[in-house]
Amino acid sequence: MAILTIQILNSLLYASVLFLIAAGLSLIFGVMRIVNLAHGSLYAVGAYVTAWLVGRGIALGVPLGWLFLMLPVGALSVALIGIVIEPLLLRPFYRRAEEYQLLVTFGLLQILEDLMRLVWGGTPLSADTLMDVLPILRVGGLFYPAYNLLVIGVGIVAAVILWAAIYHTKFGVMLRATSQDRRMASALGLNVGLVYVMAFGIGCFMAGLGGAIVVPTQAAVLGMGIDALVIAFVVVVIGGLGSLKGALVGAVVVSFVRTAGIQFFPELELAVLYLIAALVLLVRPTGLFGTA
Amino acid sequence: MILLKTVNLRKQFGETRACDGLNFVVNKGEFLSLVGSNGAGKTTLVNLISAHLQPDSGQILLEDRDITFTTVTERIKAGIARSFQIVNLFDGLSVFDNVALSVFSREGKTVKMARLAAHDHDVRRETLEVLGQFGLASKAAVPAGGLAQGERKLLDVAVAYALRPSLLFLDEPTSGVSTHEKAQIMDTVSSVVRGGMVTAVVIEHDMDVVFRYSDRIVMMHEGSFLADGTPDEIRANKEVASILLGAPLTA
Amino acid sequence: MTTDAPPLRNRSLLKLVAAAVPVLLVLIMVPSLVGTYQLQLVIYGLIAAIAALGFNLLLGYTGLLSFGHSAYFGVGAYSVAFVVEHLGPHSMEFYLLIGIPIVAITSALFGYICVRHTRIFFGILTLAISQVIYSLALKLYWMTGGSDGLRVPRPALLLGLLSFSGPQGFQHFVRSYYYYVLGIFVICVILMWVIVHSPFGKALQGIRDNEVRARFLGLQIRRFRWISFLVSGTFTGVAGILWVPLNGLTTPDVLYWTFSGEIVFTALLGGFRNFTGPIVGGIVFTYLKTYAVASTEYWQLLLGVVLVTLVLVLPTGIVGAISRAGQRLSRRKAAT
Repeated sequence: MAILTIQILNSLLYASVLFLIAAGLSLIFGVMRIVNLAHGSLYAVGAYVTAWLVGRGIALGVPLGWLFLMLPVGALSVALIGIVIEPLLLRPFYRRAEEYQLLVTFGLLQILEDLMRLVWGGTPLSADTLMDVLPILRVGGLFYPAYNLLVIGVGIVAAVILWAAIYHTKFGVMLRATSQDRRMASALGLNVGLVYVMAFGIGCFMAGLGGAIVVPTQAAVLGMGIDALVIAFVVVVIGGLGSLKGALVGAVVVSFVRTAGIQFFPELELAVLYLIAALVLLVRPTGLFGTA
Repeated sequence: MILLKTVNLRKQFGETRACDGLNFVVNKGEFLSLVGSNGAGKTTLVNLISAHLQPDSGQILLEDRDITFTTVTERIKAGIARSFQIVNLFDGLSVFDNVALSVFSREGKTVKMARLAAHDHDVRRETLEVLGQFGLASKAAVPAGGLAQGERKLLDVAVAYALRPSLLFLDEPTSGVSTHEKAQIMDTVSSVVRGGMVTAVVIEHDMDVVFRYSDRIVMMHEGSFLADGTPDEIRANKEVASILLGAPLTA
Repeated sequence: MTTDAPPLRNRSLLKLVAAAVPVLLVLIMVPSLVGTYQLQLVIYGLIAAIAALGFNLLLGYTGLLSFGHSAYFGVGAYSVAFVVEHLGPHSMEFYLLIGIPIVAITSALFGYICVRHTRIFFGILTLAISQVIYSLALKLYWMTGGSDGLRVPRPALLLGLLSFSGPQGFQHFVRSYYYYVLGIFVICVILMWVIVHSPFGKALQGIRDNEVRARFLGLQIRRFRWISFLVSGTFTGVAGILWVPLNGLTTPDVLYWTFSGEIVFTALLGGFRNFTGPIVGGIVFTYLKTYAVASTEYWQLLLGVVLVTLVLVLPTGIVGAISRAGQRLSRRKAAT
């Protein structure tokens, strides 16, 4: 029973991180109609930056409690990267053929992946000391770090904030208007360029936040960005591209399937996920809630 | 002789009844204009008949054959073709290739991978013939994306015509061009279509064009037919004429 | 009825032949001009060209951007390695005989899944599939040798007529293998040229340009895309089959997404809207990569920067830029 609870908690943890990544991807697509292939790499950057900051902090003797601030700082750094990228690399391509967008973001992916290798090298960077700040809980006869519950909490809070922002604020209205009809929104006086940059920044922030909160539980390694990209797409395939609800549902589904898959077919965990994605795509090409 | 008939055809989009139980009849060989205000349901009717949309209920009969549930490909094989209101061409291909592709598709030759398209003399001859009829022969090598708007509209019709349909739907073939070009386009289209003995249904907004070229005019309004007759009959119907033209006609 | 439409394709065919003959002559002369190491580079260049040629059927002519073509290259390479492990003769013809159907079936299978989808999902599906194959190659180490890969010894060419052993064996092998690959390269180019200029090829381009109109011409979109995928994957797979005897070894690296990225890059570098673009791109890239790898450990970064720059500045690639310059020159000549 305790094991089951832990499995469920672990699935929720994974789902939380996946949701952040997938929601960011979906938001960007929903508003700007672009798919950022470098999105997974941005998640990885978030993980690396956060782990690095935590490491520096520890070396400088900063009390561990304060180091929790490094999590949002790591996420913000990724948002900043996004705000720089959008006008430089993405804006020239909005009116061009879609292939060029994919090619540019693919090039960005390659740049980011190798930049991470250049800056941080091949050894994994961990921040697990941060987990020690929070207590270890007892679940049945087993131990479970409270930090993991924090991760789940962050995911839930993010979902609520995002939902509230999109559906209950003026900014959210701007986002939705621009996503539905860019030209119309512009004709109505909306600064579409600004909306785009902000939407992209928020999407990147979410990816970075996903990396930041996950890195205490698992070290940042090279290649995590690519795996994250593909799994995020599986989430988005199942949930539907452009849908917040879909990102949530998809993240939960993928996460639980993955946990089950690891139990029974540890070798083929990745393959099982892709199989599910392929199945969903066969039956409902736009996903469960998609707008694509 | 009736070529196409719809029986109680219905299509609804949410609250809007785009086609409200339509019994549409097209006679063989005629040049029919489908008119009406925007949103009357004209394009929806054409979309239903060309299989771009599926009807909510009702039937479509081609020469007494029920084609209601056939696919786009099957309907093309049955002899129904259409052009588009917003020009839909293969911009990366030459004018020649645009029409040739129609011919290849019609002949079922698009599966051929092992022969050069240029070496099919039958297709080549027919393509040049169609291009000549539409006045586009001199532009054969130009990429379709590089044509002027009027020529693009003609090419759009030519591509549909090259499928050698028995029933051709033209969705606003003269929209977006100057008045002078409109006459040119309609002269060409009308003479080619009549010469090829193709039955044509044209969606048009320009009433001069409609009255000059049609054998029969069908007027739609909010999903139903308001009037149906020859240009003279429509002209004589003062009520309908004033709705159509907004002012009494001088004959 | 007479028209004054010019004999379009005959002119382009003549132009192509006129351009190709001197190039072919140069290529035939190459082994007498360069040493063994350089010769290997040229062979790798031709192999890359074949892979890019196949890839571009899907991108340039069908409008589908695949990020997972490494899968077919890798399947080609690994199928040769399996043949060497478990079946008989170390004969190049045998490798091709077994390898080509395997890559064809693989492309057909994955293509069937992928072409049901729109561009973005298509791209991600292709990426996902290649990652699955990569992880299988890595994990099923008892079959695939894991990260160490599988060795492939020097095969005999021309049904065993030519075999290479002894002290000068490698040099002789490279020389003969060069002509062998060149021959297959020429066959591939001709085959692809015919396919692209056939009614099938025209239909593909129509579907690429305007899917709706193509449907209203009666074309079965999915079926065309699927066949294009099949042919595309097979060509790239042939490149993989040709690659592994020269490399002597196949590892999972050749299935990893970065390799797919290289294939995409070669098409973009040469220009994906021209027939010869991928060929030029493949050869140029092979040299670029060799020198980049030699000069920096972070050549992936360099590649990414060049890719982004290319897309921003030279989206039509090398061949596209040359042809546009040529057009501008001829327009200026016509104007004077």
